[in-house]
Amino acid sequence: MSVVSGNAWPANDLWPREHYLSSGFRLRDWLLTTDHKRIGWLYLASITAFFFLGGVAALLIRLELMTPRGDLVTADTYNQLFSMHGIIMIWFFLIPSIPATLGNFLLPLMVGARDLAFPRINLLSWYIYTIGGIFTLFAVIAGGVDTGWTFYTPYSTMFSNTAVLAAVTGVFVVGFSSILTGINFIVTTHKMRAPGLSWMRLPLFVWANYATSLIMVLATPVLSCTLLLIALERVLGIGIFDPSLGGDPILFQHLFWFYSHPAVYIMILPGMGVVSEIITCFSRNPIFGYKGMAISIMSIAIFGFIVWGHHMFVAGQSLYAGVMFSFFTFLVALPSAIKTFNWTATLYKGRIHFTAPMLYGLSFIGLFTIGGLTGIILASLAIDIHVHDTYFVVAHFHYIMVGGMVTAYLGGLHFWWPKMTGKRYSELWSKVAALALFIGFNLTFFPQFILGYLGMPRRYHEYPADFQILNAMSSLGAGVLAIGYLLPLVYLTWSLFKGQPAGSNPWNAKGLEWLTTSPPLKHNFVQIPRVTEPAYAYDRDDG
Amino acid sequence: MLTTETTDRRLSAQGPVAEQFEAMQQQQASNQFGMWLFLATELLLFGGIFASYVVYLFLYPQGFSEASNLLSLPMGMSNTAVLLTSGLTMVLTEHTINAGRRRSALLFLLATLALGLSFLAIKALEWHHEYQEGLMPVLGLAFEHSGEHAQQVRLFFHFYFSLTGLHVFHMLVGLGLLGTIAVFILQWRDPPRIARQVQITALYWAFVDVLWVVIFTLLYVLRL
Amino acid sequence: MNEFRLYLLSWIVLLALLVVVAAGAELLSGMLAIALVLGGALCMIGVIIVMFMGLKTADALLKVYATGGVLWLGFLVVLTMADYMTR
Repeated sequence: MSVVSGNAWPANDLWPREHYLSSGFRLRDWLLTTDHKRIGWLYLASITAFFFLGGVAALLIRLELMTPRGDLVTADTYNQLFSMHGIIMIWFFLIPSIPATLGNFLLPLMVGARDLAFPRINLLSWYIYTIGGIFTLFAVIAGGVDTGWTFYTPYSTMFSNTAVLAAVTGVFVVGFSSILTGINFIVTTHKMRAPGLSWMRLPLFVWANYATSLIMVLATPVLSCTLLLIALERVLGIGIFDPSLGGDPILFQHLFWFYSHPAVYIMILPGMGVVSEIITCFSRNPIFGYKGMAISIMSIAIFGFIVWGHHMFVAGQSLYAGVMFSFFTFLVALPSAIKTFNWTATLYKGRIHFTAPMLYGLSFIGLFTIGGLTGIILASLAIDIHVHDTYFVVAHFHYIMVGGMVTAYLGGLHFWWPKMTGKRYSELWSKVAALALFIGFNLTFFPQFILGYLGMPRRYHEYPADFQILNAMSSLGAGVLAIGYLLPLVYLTWSLFKGQPAGSNPWNAKGLEWLTTSPPLKHNFVQIPRVTEPAYAYDRDDG
Repeated sequence: MLTTETTDRRLSAQGPVAEQFEAMQQQQASNQFGMWLFLATELLLFGGIFASYVVYLFLYPQGFSEASNLLSLPMGMSNTAVLLTSGLTMVLTEHTINAGRRRSALLFLLATLALGLSFLAIKALEWHHEYQEGLMPVLGLAFEHSGEHAQQVRLFFHFYFSLTGLHVFHMLVGLGLLGTIAVFILQWRDPPRIARQVQITALYWAFVDVLWVVIFTLLYVLRL
Repeated sequence: MNEFRLYLLSWIVLLALLVVVAAGAELLSGMLAIALVLGGALCMIGVIIVMFMGLKTADALLKVYATGGVLWLGFLVVLTMADYMTR
C-alpha cells in the first residue's frame, strides 16, 4: 500500500529489536495489561481451552452414537452432554472466537490506531469472560444441564433438576464480555481511523467485525434479559412463562431466538471478514465488488434480526408469523450469496497460491455454500415440518459454524500467526492439518444430512439399527476432524520456539497491519500512517 | 475522525489526553458514544421484559387492568416526580461542574443523591404495602387476590416485581456512582477528569429515569 | 434563554406531562385515555432524552444510534406481537 508518511520497517530487518513481547515477562504484565495485542492472546488461551472442553463433549456424543443402542451413557447423561457441548461451543468458543482474538489484535492495527478506544474495558471484558467461564465449569462439575443450550421453558424453569442456574449465570456473565467488546469495536471504528482511511477504504475484516459488534450490542441484552427471567423464576418464583398463570412458553422462544438468531451471524460474519482478507492476498487480486461486500455485511447484520421465527415454525406460533419469517429468511440469504459469488469472482484470473490459509479460505467457500443452501431448504415451511429437530438441522448449522466459522478462524490464525508472533510455521504440516479438517469435517457431517432426511431425530442417544452405518461414518469422521484440530496445537506451538523469523510482511499482503514489524511494536506504529489507496490494492504491482 | 478544534471552555475539555487518543475532543466524543451504546443495551435488557408485558397486556386486558388498579397511583406519581426532579438536579450538577463551580456542583449532586434515596424509600414503602396486602407472590409467599382474573393479576405482579426490582438494582448502581463522584469532588484531585465522569454518569442517571417513565406508564396508567 | 432556564423549563414541562398522563388514565377511558397516556409518556421520554441527555446538541452519529436502539426494540415488540395477533 502506498503510504505518504509511513513507518514501514526495512524489509531486510527480519526480527525487530523491540516489540510488544520483548519486555514485560512477569505474570502481572499479562494479567494487568491493557495492550490489545496481549489481551488477544489472553482470549486465545481461554477460548482454546473451552474449545477442547466442548470438543470432549462432542467426542463422547459421537462415541455413544457409534451404536444404535444407548449403551455408553444414560439418556440423562446424554442430555447433559449435548447441552454442555452447545453451551460451551456457542458462548465460550464461537461467539468470542474471531472478534476477541484476531479482532482485538488486528482492529487497531488495521485502522491505524495505537489501541482500541477503551483499553481497560477490553481487559475487563476478558476477566468477565473468565468469571463466566468459571460459573459454567462449576455447572459442568455439578453434573451439567440437560435442557439443551436453548433452555426452553417450562422445562428449564419448572422441572429440570440440573445446574440450570449456574449455567444461565455463566452465560449471563459472559454476555457482558460480548457487549463490552462490541462497544469497544464500534467506537474504535468510528472514531479512531487513521487520516485518509475512509469507510470505503477499510479492509472487509473491519467491516465484518463492526457489523458483528452491532449485533453483539443490540442482541445480547435480550439474551441477558431472557436468562434473567429463567433465574427469577427458578429462584424467586416470579415466572412469566408459567402456563397455569396464563403464561406462554412460546414467548420464551421469541425472546430467546431474538438474540440467538442474530447470534449465528455473530458466528459467521467475522469468518467472512477473514476469508476476504485471505482470498485477496492469495489470488493477488482486489476483492470483486468491494461496495457490494460491505453492503452485504451490513444487510446480513440488519436483516438477521427479523428472521428468528424460523426456529419456531412448528412450535406453535401462528401460521401467518411463520410465512412472514420464512419470507424474510429467504431474503437474508441474498447478501450471503452475493458474498460467495464475489469471493469466487475474486479468484478469477488471479495468481493462486495454495498456502495453508488459502486452503482454509477455499474450504470455507465450499462448506459455507452447502450450509447456506441447506438453510434455505430449512426456511421452507413445508419441508421444515419434516426435518425440524432432525439431524438435517444439526448438519446444516455445523456446516456453517464449523465448516464456515471454525475453518475461517483457523485460516485467520494461520494467516496472521507470523504477524502476531514473528515466526513462520511448518508449511507441510499446516497443509496436512487443513486437509485433515476438510476431509474429517465432511465425513462427520455430510452423513448427518442424509440421516436427518431419513428421519433421525436430534438429541436422542439411540436410533434405529438401519441408521448405524451413517452414524459410524460420522463418528469416524469426527476422529479425523479431531486430528485436524490437534495438529495446529503442535506445530504452531513448536513455531514459537523453533520457527524462522517471518519479517514484517511474509505474505506480501496489503493492509496497515503488515506495515509494522512482526511482532508489532508495543504502540503499533512509530508514526500513524496516512492512507491514500483503496483496500486490496493487489493489481497495482507485480505481487 | 478529528474535526477542527473549537475552543471548548468547559472543565471537561481540559487535561492530558489518554494514550490511545490523539486529541481531547476525540476522547470525549468516544466516551460519550460508548456510554450511549451501553444505554442502548440497557434499553434492550429492559426491552425484553417490556415486550413480554405488552404481549400479555394484549392477551389479558381486563386482568391487567384490574391488577393495575391495585397499585398505588399516588406513590407511583410521587416516585416519578422525584426522579424527574433528580434528572434536573443531575443536569445542573453537570452544568455547574463544567463551569468549575465546585461547591454548587456538590450541592446539586447531593440533592440528586437525596432524591434517589427518596425514590428507594417510597418504593420500599410500596413493596411493604404490597407484602401486607398479600400481593407479593415472591419466594412462594401466598398470593391473596381472588377475583375473576386471579391468575392474570398474579402474572401482572410477577411483572411488577421483576421490572421494579431490576430498576431498583439500576438505581443502586447509579447511587453508587453518585456517591463515588461526591467523594471525588470533595477530594478535587483531578477536576477535568471529574467533570468528564459527571458527564458520563449524568447520561446513565437520566436513562434510568427514562426507564422508570416506561415502567410507570406500563404498570400504573396504561389500561387497555 | 440560557441553559439553566432551559433545564428548569424542561422540568416543569415534565411534571405537567406527568399530571396529564395520570389524569388521562384516571378520568378518561378507552382509546382517548390510551392515546393520552402513550402520547404523554412519549413526550416525557423525548424531553428527558433531548434536553437532559443532550441529544439536542449531539452529533448525527449519536442521534442515529439512539434512533436505532429504539427501532430495534420496535422489531422485537412488533414481530412478536405479529405472532400473538394472528393466532
